Amino acid sequence: MVNRVVVGAHYGLLDWLAQRITGALIALYLVVLGGGWLLATRPLTFETWQGLFAQGWMRVATLLFAVSVAWHAWIGLRDILMDYVKPAGLRLGLQVLVLLTVAAYLGWAVQILWR
Amino acid sequence: MKLTIYRYDPDQDERPYLKDYEVELAQSDRMLLDALVRAKAQDDSLAFRRSCREGVCGSDAININGRNGLACITKIADLPQHVTLRPLPGLPVIRDLIVDMTQFFRQYESVKPYLVNHDAPPERERLQSPVERDELNGLYECILCACCTTACPSFWWNPDKFVGPAGLLQAYRFLADSRDQATSERLDDLEDPYRLFRCHTIMNCVDVCPKNLNPTRAIGKIKEMMVRRAV
Repeated sequence: MVNRVVVGAHYGLLDWLAQRITGALIALYLVVLGGGWLLATRPLTFETWQGLFAQGWMRVATLLFAVSVAWHAWIGLRDILMDYVKPAGLRLGLQVLVLLTVAAYLGWAVQILWR
Repeated sequence: MKLTIYRYDPDQDERPYLKDYEVELAQSDRMLLDALVRAKAQDDSLAFRRSCREGVCGSDAININGRNGLACITKIADLPQHVTLRPLPGLPVIRDLIVDMTQFFRQYESVKPYLVNHDAPPERERLQSPVERDELNGLYECILCACCTTACPSFWWNPDKFVGPAGLLQAYRFLADSRDQATSERLDDLEDPYRLFRCHTIMNCVDVCPKNLNPTRAIGKIKEMMVRRAV
Protein backbone atom coordinates (compact mmCIF):
# COMPACT_ATOMS: atom_id res chain seq x y z
CA MET A 1 0.00 0.00 0.00
CA VAL A 2 3.03 2.31 -0.02
CA ASN A 3 2.23 5.41 -2.07
CA ARG A 4 -0.49 3.69 -4.06
CA VAL A 5 -2.74 6.34 -5.56
CA VAL A 6 -6.34 5.27 -5.22
CA VAL A 7 -8.76 7.14 -7.40
CA GLY A 8 -12.10 6.29 -9.01
CA ALA A 9 -14.83 6.87 -6.43
CA HIS A 10 -17.35 7.39 -9.27
CA TYR A 11 -19.38 10.20 -7.80
CA GLY A 12 -19.29 13.92 -8.20
CA LEU A 13 -21.83 14.76 -10.89
CA LEU A 14 -24.73 14.98 -8.42
CA ASP A 15 -22.70 17.24 -6.11
CA TRP A 16 -21.58 19.46 -8.96
CA LEU A 17 -25.14 19.77 -10.27
CA ALA A 18 -26.56 20.27 -6.77
CA GLN A 19 -24.06 23.07 -6.13
CA ARG A 20 -25.31 24.90 -9.23
CA ILE A 21 -28.99 24.38 -8.49
CA THR A 22 -28.71 25.31 -4.80
CA GLY A 23 -26.64 28.36 -5.84
CA ALA A 24 -29.46 29.47 -8.14
CA LEU A 25 -32.04 28.91 -5.37
CA ILE A 26 -29.97 30.92 -2.88
CA ALA A 27 -29.68 33.78 -5.37
CA LEU A 28 -33.42 33.64 -6.14
CA TYR A 29 -34.38 33.76 -2.46
CA LEU A 30 -31.97 36.58 -1.64
CA VAL A 31 -32.72 38.71 -4.69
CA VAL A 32 -36.47 38.20 -5.13
CA LEU A 33 -37.71 37.62 -1.60
CA GLY A 34 -34.95 39.31 0.37
CA GLY A 35 -34.09 42.25 -1.88
CA GLY A 36 -37.48 42.74 -3.50
CA TRP A 37 -39.54 42.49 -0.33
CA LEU A 38 -37.12 44.60 1.71
CA LEU A 39 -37.17 47.41 -0.86
CA ALA A 40 -40.93 47.28 -1.38
CA THR A 41 -41.96 47.18 2.24
CA ARG A 42 -42.07 50.48 4.14
CA PRO A 43 -42.01 50.98 7.05
CA LEU A 44 -40.07 47.92 8.19
CA THR A 45 -41.24 47.10 11.67
CA PHE A 46 -41.13 44.05 13.90
CA GLU A 47 -44.79 43.41 13.04
CA THR A 48 -44.21 43.39 9.26
CA TRP A 49 -41.32 40.93 9.73
CA GLN A 50 -43.46 38.76 11.96
CA GLY A 51 -46.35 38.97 9.51
CA LEU A 52 -44.09 37.81 6.66
CA PHE A 53 -42.78 34.81 8.55
CA ALA A 54 -46.20 33.90 9.92
CA GLN A 55 -47.18 32.83 6.42
CA GLY A 56 -46.67 29.17 5.59
CA TRP A 57 -45.23 29.72 2.11
CA MET A 58 -42.51 32.01 3.53
CA ARG A 59 -41.53 29.41 6.08
CA VAL A 60 -41.31 26.71 3.39
CA ALA A 61 -39.35 29.03 1.07
CA THR A 62 -36.97 29.87 3.91
CA LEU A 63 -36.58 26.20 4.76
CA LEU A 64 -35.70 25.47 1.11
CA PHE A 65 -33.22 28.34 1.29
CA ALA A 66 -31.67 26.97 4.48
CA VAL A 67 -31.41 23.46 2.99
CA SER A 68 -29.79 24.97 -0.14
CA VAL A 69 -27.26 26.90 1.92
CA ALA A 70 -26.47 23.80 3.99
CA TRP A 71 -26.05 21.54 0.95
CA HIS A 72 -24.06 24.21 -0.95
CA ALA A 73 -21.80 24.80 2.04
CA TRP A 74 -21.19 21.08 2.55
CA ILE A 75 -20.09 20.59 -1.08
CA GLY A 76 -17.96 23.74 -1.06
CA LEU A 77 -16.24 22.97 2.22
CA ARG A 78 -15.68 19.34 1.23
CA ASP A 79 -14.04 20.63 -1.98
CA ILE A 80 -11.71 22.83 0.05
CA LEU A 81 -10.81 19.91 2.33
CA MET A 82 -10.19 17.63 -0.68
CA ASP A 83 -7.92 20.27 -2.20
CA TYR A 84 -5.82 21.15 0.81
CA VAL A 85 -5.97 18.43 3.48
CA LYS A 86 -3.79 15.52 2.40
CA PRO A 87 -3.97 12.92 5.23
CA ALA A 88 -7.15 10.93 4.53
CA GLY A 89 -7.95 10.34 8.20
CA LEU A 90 -7.76 14.03 9.06
CA ARG A 91 -9.81 14.84 5.95
CA LEU A 92 -12.55 12.40 6.97
CA GLY A 93 -12.56 13.80 10.50
CA LEU A 94 -12.92 17.37 9.25
CA GLN A 95 -15.61 16.34 6.78
CA VAL A 96 -17.61 14.75 9.59
CA LEU A 97 -17.16 17.94 11.61
CA VAL A 98 -18.42 20.06 8.69
CA LEU A 99 -21.43 17.76 8.17
CA LEU A 100 -22.36 17.87 11.85
CA THR A 101 -22.01 21.67 11.95
CA VAL A 102 -24.11 22.11 8.82
CA ALA A 103 -26.76 19.71 10.17
CA ALA A 104 -26.84 21.55 13.51
CA TYR A 105 -27.33 24.91 11.79
CA LEU A 106 -30.11 23.43 9.67
CA GLY A 107 -31.85 22.08 12.77
CA TRP A 108 -31.52 25.46 14.44
CA ALA A 109 -33.04 27.16 11.35
CA VAL A 110 -36.05 24.81 11.50
CA GLN A 111 -36.45 25.54 15.20
CA ILE A 112 -36.41 29.30 14.58
CA LEU A 113 -38.89 29.06 11.69
CA TRP A 114 -41.49 26.98 13.53
CA ARG A 115 -41.22 28.17 17.09
CA MET B 1 18.23 42.33 -22.59
CA LYS B 2 18.44 41.16 -19.00
CA LEU B 3 17.42 37.60 -18.17
CA THR B 4 17.11 36.33 -14.63
CA ILE B 5 17.05 32.57 -14.82
CA TYR B 6 16.24 29.90 -12.22
CA ARG B 7 19.25 27.66 -11.82
CA TYR B 8 19.38 24.34 -10.03
CA ASP B 9 21.66 21.37 -10.50
CA PRO B 10 20.70 18.84 -7.82
CA ASP B 11 24.16 17.20 -8.05
CA GLN B 12 25.94 20.43 -7.13
CA ASP B 13 23.55 22.99 -5.66
CA GLU B 14 22.13 22.75 -2.20
CA ARG B 15 19.16 24.86 -3.25
CA PRO B 16 17.90 26.63 -6.37
CA TYR B 17 19.02 30.21 -7.06
CA LEU B 18 18.41 32.94 -9.63
CA LYS B 19 21.23 34.00 -11.93
CA ASP B 20 21.35 37.17 -14.03
CA TYR B 21 22.39 37.19 -17.68
CA GLU B 22 22.97 40.25 -19.82
CA VAL B 23 22.50 39.16 -23.43
CA GLU B 24 23.36 41.09 -26.58
CA LEU B 25 20.59 40.51 -29.08
CA ALA B 26 21.31 40.31 -32.79
CA GLN B 27 19.15 42.01 -35.39
CA SER B 28 17.54 38.69 -36.32
CA ASP B 29 16.56 37.71 -32.77
CA ARG B 30 12.77 37.77 -32.56
CA MET B 31 11.68 35.31 -29.92
CA LEU B 32 12.54 34.68 -26.28
CA LEU B 33 14.11 31.36 -27.28
CA ASP B 34 16.71 33.30 -29.32
CA ALA B 35 17.66 35.19 -26.16
CA LEU B 36 17.83 31.93 -24.18
CA VAL B 37 20.15 30.42 -26.78
CA ARG B 38 22.39 33.53 -26.45
CA ALA B 39 22.44 33.04 -22.66
CA LYS B 40 23.46 29.42 -23.16
CA ALA B 41 26.27 30.56 -25.46
CA GLN B 42 27.58 32.63 -22.52
CA ASP B 43 27.13 29.85 -19.98
CA ASP B 44 26.86 26.35 -21.37
CA SER B 45 25.88 24.88 -18.00
CA LEU B 46 22.40 26.41 -18.47
CA ALA B 47 19.90 23.66 -19.31
CA PHE B 48 16.55 23.97 -21.07
CA ARG B 49 14.53 21.94 -23.55
CA ARG B 50 13.80 23.07 -27.08
CA SER B 51 13.32 21.37 -30.39
CA CYS B 52 11.17 22.67 -33.24
CA ARG B 53 11.55 26.35 -32.24
CA GLU B 54 8.20 27.20 -33.85
CA GLY B 55 5.49 26.32 -31.32
CA VAL B 56 4.75 22.84 -32.58
CA CYS B 57 6.67 20.46 -30.32
CA GLY B 58 5.89 22.09 -26.98
CA SER B 59 9.35 21.40 -25.51
CA ASP B 60 10.27 24.90 -24.37
CA ALA B 61 7.34 25.61 -22.10
CA ILE B 62 8.64 27.75 -19.23
CA ASN B 63 7.37 30.28 -16.75
CA ILE B 64 8.03 33.74 -18.22
CA ASN B 65 7.66 36.61 -15.74
CA GLY B 66 5.22 34.50 -13.75
CA ARG B 67 3.19 33.29 -16.71
CA ASN B 68 3.56 29.96 -18.50
CA GLY B 69 4.32 30.09 -22.20
CA LEU B 70 6.48 28.78 -25.02
CA ALA B 71 9.80 30.60 -25.31
CA CYS B 72 9.89 30.02 -29.07
CA ILE B 73 6.67 31.90 -29.85
CA THR B 74 6.96 34.60 -27.18
CA LYS B 75 8.08 37.75 -28.96
CA ILE B 76 10.94 39.68 -27.36
CA ALA B 77 9.18 42.87 -28.47
CA ASP B 78 6.20 41.98 -26.25
CA LEU B 79 8.37 41.49 -23.16
CA PRO B 80 9.86 44.06 -20.78
CA GLN B 81 13.64 44.60 -20.82
CA HIS B 82 14.04 42.45 -17.72
CA VAL B 83 12.61 38.93 -17.94
CA THR B 84 12.60 36.30 -15.18
CA LEU B 85 12.47 32.70 -16.32
CA ARG B 86 11.55 29.80 -14.09
CA PRO B 87 10.67 26.17 -14.75
CA LEU B 88 6.98 25.26 -15.09
CA PRO B 89 5.45 25.36 -11.60
CA GLY B 90 4.13 22.28 -9.83
CA LEU B 91 6.41 19.67 -11.38
CA PRO B 92 9.72 18.37 -9.97
CA VAL B 93 12.76 20.16 -11.39
CA ILE B 94 15.34 17.91 -13.05
CA ARG B 95 17.73 20.75 -13.73
CA ASP B 96 17.42 24.51 -14.35
CA LEU B 97 14.40 25.02 -16.62
CA ILE B 98 13.84 21.30 -17.23
CA VAL B 99 10.99 19.67 -15.32
CA ASP B 100 10.03 16.03 -14.86
CA MET B 101 6.84 15.60 -16.92
CA THR B 102 6.11 12.03 -15.74
CA GLN B 103 3.08 13.03 -13.67
CA PHE B 104 1.68 15.10 -16.53
CA PHE B 105 1.98 12.26 -19.05
CA ARG B 106 0.66 9.71 -16.55
CA GLN B 107 -2.55 11.74 -16.31
CA TYR B 108 -2.66 12.13 -20.09
CA GLU B 109 -2.31 8.36 -20.60
CA SER B 110 -5.02 7.70 -18.02
CA VAL B 111 -7.74 9.14 -20.28
CA LYS B 112 -6.91 6.60 -23.03
CA PRO B 113 -6.02 9.23 -25.62
CA TYR B 114 -6.68 7.02 -28.63
CA LEU B 115 -9.67 5.94 -30.67
CA VAL B 116 -11.57 2.95 -29.27
CA ASN B 117 -13.55 1.28 -32.04
CA HIS B 118 -14.27 -2.43 -32.07
CA ASP B 119 -15.60 -2.60 -35.62
CA ALA B 120 -13.38 -4.20 -38.22
CA PRO B 121 -11.30 -1.46 -39.85
CA PRO B 122 -12.82 -0.43 -43.18
CA GLU B 123 -10.79 -0.79 -46.33
CA ARG B 124 -9.86 2.89 -46.47
CA GLU B 125 -10.72 5.00 -43.43
CA ARG B 126 -13.40 5.60 -40.81
CA LEU B 127 -15.38 8.40 -42.39
CA GLN B 128 -16.81 11.43 -40.65
CA SER B 129 -19.17 14.07 -41.97
CA PRO B 130 -17.74 17.61 -42.11
CA VAL B 131 -19.99 18.53 -39.15
CA GLU B 132 -18.67 15.61 -37.09
CA ARG B 133 -15.11 16.56 -38.00
CA ASP B 134 -15.73 20.16 -36.92
CA GLU B 135 -16.41 18.90 -33.39
CA LEU B 136 -12.70 18.14 -33.06
CA ASN B 137 -11.56 21.66 -33.85
CA GLY B 138 -10.09 23.39 -30.83
CA LEU B 139 -9.26 19.99 -29.31
CA TYR B 140 -6.89 18.10 -31.57
CA GLU B 141 -4.44 21.03 -31.82
CA CYS B 142 -3.08 20.49 -28.30
CA ILE B 143 0.71 19.98 -28.35
CA LEU B 144 0.97 18.73 -24.74
CA CYS B 145 3.38 21.46 -23.66
CA ALA B 146 1.87 21.37 -20.13
CA CYS B 147 1.55 25.17 -19.87
CA CYS B 148 -2.12 24.83 -18.88
CA THR B 149 -1.86 21.91 -16.46
CA THR B 150 1.08 23.42 -14.58
CA ALA B 151 -0.78 26.76 -14.30
CA CYS B 152 -3.75 25.01 -12.66
CA PRO B 153 -3.94 25.28 -8.85
CA SER B 154 -6.11 22.15 -8.72
CA PHE B 155 -3.27 20.25 -10.41
CA TRP B 156 -0.75 21.73 -7.97
CA TRP B 157 -2.78 20.43 -5.02
CA ASN B 158 -3.66 17.00 -6.50
CA PRO B 159 -1.26 16.18 -9.37
CA ASP B 160 -1.61 12.45 -8.69
CA LYS B 161 -5.42 12.42 -8.79
CA PHE B 162 -6.67 15.33 -10.91
CA VAL B 163 -6.32 14.69 -14.65
CA GLY B 164 -5.63 18.37 -15.32
CA PRO B 165 -6.74 20.63 -18.17
CA ALA B 166 -4.54 19.10 -20.89
CA GLY B 167 -5.63 15.55 -20.10
CA LEU B 168 -9.29 16.55 -19.86
CA LEU B 169 -9.11 18.44 -23.17
CA GLN B 170 -7.85 15.22 -24.76
CA ALA B 171 -10.49 13.19 -22.92
CA TYR B 172 -13.14 15.38 -24.52
CA ARG B 173 -11.39 15.15 -27.90
CA PHE B 174 -12.23 11.42 -27.89
CA LEU B 175 -15.65 11.88 -26.27
CA ALA B 176 -16.51 14.25 -29.11
CA ASP B 177 -15.22 11.90 -31.81
CA SER B 178 -18.07 10.32 -33.79
CA ARG B 179 -15.88 7.29 -34.53
CA ASP B 180 -15.22 6.45 -30.88
CA GLN B 181 -17.30 3.70 -29.25
CA ALA B 182 -16.16 4.00 -25.64
CA THR B 183 -18.11 7.14 -24.73
CA SER B 184 -19.88 5.68 -21.72
CA GLU B 185 -16.74 3.99 -20.36
CA ARG B 186 -14.85 7.25 -20.75
CA LEU B 187 -17.56 9.15 -18.85
CA ASP B 188 -17.61 6.44 -16.15
CA ASP B 189 -13.86 6.81 -15.74
CA LEU B 190 -14.05 10.59 -15.43
CA GLU B 191 -17.03 10.74 -13.09
CA ASP B 192 -14.91 11.11 -10.03
CA PRO B 193 -14.52 13.82 -7.41
CA TYR B 194 -10.80 13.99 -8.11
CA ARG B 195 -10.25 13.08 -11.76
CA LEU B 196 -12.72 15.60 -13.21
CA PHE B 197 -14.46 17.49 -10.44
CA ARG B 198 -11.30 19.06 -8.96
CA CYS B 199 -11.72 21.64 -11.75
CA HIS B 200 -13.09 24.77 -10.09
CA THR B 201 -13.27 26.79 -13.34
CA ILE B 202 -10.28 28.92 -12.38
CA MET B 203 -9.47 29.24 -16.10
CA ASN B 204 -5.70 29.74 -15.75
CA CYS B 205 -5.50 27.05 -18.45
CA VAL B 206 -7.40 29.19 -20.96
CA ASP B 207 -5.33 32.22 -19.99
CA VAL B 208 -1.94 30.63 -20.71
CA CYS B 209 -2.58 28.17 -23.59
CA PRO B 210 -0.07 29.12 -26.30
CA LYS B 211 -2.33 27.55 -28.93
CA ASN B 212 -5.36 29.54 -27.73
CA LEU B 213 -7.32 26.42 -26.84
CA ASN B 214 -10.02 26.35 -24.18
CA PRO B 215 -9.74 23.39 -21.77
CA THR B 216 -12.36 24.92 -19.47
CA ARG B 217 -14.94 24.76 -22.25
CA ALA B 218 -14.00 21.13 -22.95
CA ILE B 219 -14.39 20.29 -19.24
CA GLY B 220 -17.78 22.01 -19.29
CA LYS B 221 -18.78 19.87 -22.29
CA ILE B 222 -17.74 16.70 -20.44
CA LYS B 223 -19.95 17.71 -17.50
CA GLU B 224 -22.75 18.52 -19.94
CA MET B 225 -22.46 15.03 -21.47
CA MET B 226 -22.61 13.51 -17.98
CA VAL B 227 -25.73 15.50 -17.16
CA ARG B 228 -27.37 14.51 -20.44
CA ARG B 229 -26.55 10.88 -19.69
CA ALA B 230 -27.90 11.08 -16.13
CA VAL B 231 -31.14 13.05 -16.42
